[in-house]
Amino acid sequence: MRYAMAIDTKKCVGCSDCVVACQLENNVPIGYCRDWVVESTSGTYPNLETEYRSERCHHCSNAPCVRCCPTGASHIAEGGVVLVTQDKCIGCGACIASCPYDARYPHPDGYVDKCTFCIHKVRKGEQPACVQVCPTNCLYFGDLDDPNSEVSKKIKERKYKRLKTEAGTDPQLYFLI
Amino acid sequence: MHIWGWEIAFYLFVGGLAAGLLFFASYYYLRGKDRIYPATVKWAPMLAPFILVLGLGALFLDLHHKLYFWRLYTTIRLQSPMSWGAWTLMVITPVSLVWSATWVREVFPNWDWKFKFLYDLEAFFIKYRKVLAWIMVFYSVILGIYTGILLSAFNARPLWNTSILGPLFLASGLSAGAAVIITFTKTEIERKLFSQIDLVIIGIEIFLIIHLFMGLLASTEVQLEAASLFLGGQYTLPFWIFVVFLGMIVPAVLEFLELRGQKIPVVIPVILILVGNIMLRFIIVYAGQASRYLY
Repeated sequence: MRYAMAIDTKKCVGCSDCVVACQLENNVPIGYCRDWVVESTSGTYPNLETEYRSERCHHCSNAPCVRCCPTGASHIAEGGVVLVTQDKCIGCGACIASCPYDARYPHPDGYVDKCTFCIHKVRKGEQPACVQVCPTNCLYFGDLDDPNSEVSKKIKERKYKRLKTEAGTDPQLYFLI
Repeated sequence: MHIWGWEIAFYLFVGGLAAGLLFFASYYYLRGKDRIYPATVKWAPMLAPFILVLGLGALFLDLHHKLYFWRLYTTIRLQSPMSWGAWTLMVITPVSLVWSATWVREVFPNWDWKFKFLYDLEAFFIKYRKVLAWIMVFYSVILGIYTGILLSAFNARPLWNTSILGPLFLASGLSAGAAVIITFTKTEIERKLFSQIDLVIIGIEIFLIIHLFMGLLASTEVQLEAASLFLGGQYTLPFWIFVVFLGMIVPAVLEFLELRGQKIPVVIPVILILVGNIMLRFIIVYAGQASRYLY
């Protein structure tokens, strides 16, 4: 089982519903975020192109945050999901420094926090909050090892890119372009 | 990104200095030079347990989840240099205290342990000083080098992600240790030895810094961007003036002149080396967090 997410950058309008839904579902403290929207404009006027990406933790297969954690609080759970065991976390910040995607933040309660792919919902058979709420349905979550899952089908049908793969992390967020 | 501040930079300085002091103490003790180099083996290392405790205090202050700090000691994670560091400190802090304790009555003749069991412990550890020295010589090198390896293990921070950082931090710690030993010495022979040692180590540091930049400039775009922080960017002047020129080149020249017979007040190169040392740690910690992968 390999959980992953596909984000359709052609359908994302940058509305940030995913950010708000995540904040409500996971009690993310004000001033921090587990997911965010990036508006990236490239080219020179008048040949400009803008891409919207809803980003979060990439739940990397070669996660540097898991490797550098001194207590094992950062660990890989079912489906390759990267999680933090809150009462093992000492808040040293090594995982924050090690993430090329800046996905983690120090929670005011002391431990380090980030996107969990809403594993508490996934375990009950539901979809992550951001996926459920997206008004353009541009987010797809599922099991890459299941050829019939939406994610598997999308990355077979469409061209995609992953972010900063040269950092060696093997990220599991696929941006459909 | 800003997750680490002065606490980490301060600890890096103190850890490196303690590593240098303890390495020279144990190395020269094992060479049988404890009588010729008393400052190295007996006096200067007495600083080590105190500064290590200060450093540990700074590390504790840095934690966001302070009450859970003990979790560091419920596991050893071989892939995490921070875990090695936690356990290394756990070994070397008490060992450095015990080492100093075995010499304390020689250095301070009026010292009184007051309890018989403490006198017995002192006799025991004096008998096994060689074992202590072997533990110290090994763990002091780990203490000096692991912080550099820790930072270099972060592939997301291109400035740090180089294997030069470990040796650079070790050399820097040894240099600081040698400088502090020079202030404690009372004999010309000891002072001369450590001036020569410091000169060689500074030479090694300059070599490593040159190679750090050669490596960054011959690497990928993220490393080029990281190097530009020091070659025109906001860390250029503090680094080349305070760390390299005032912290390494000037003291090296002064030490060289001293060895040639010129009278230089010893406190000048020592202070320059220590200030350059602490600036190096601060700059590397802050600049490394400014270097990044994602644009």
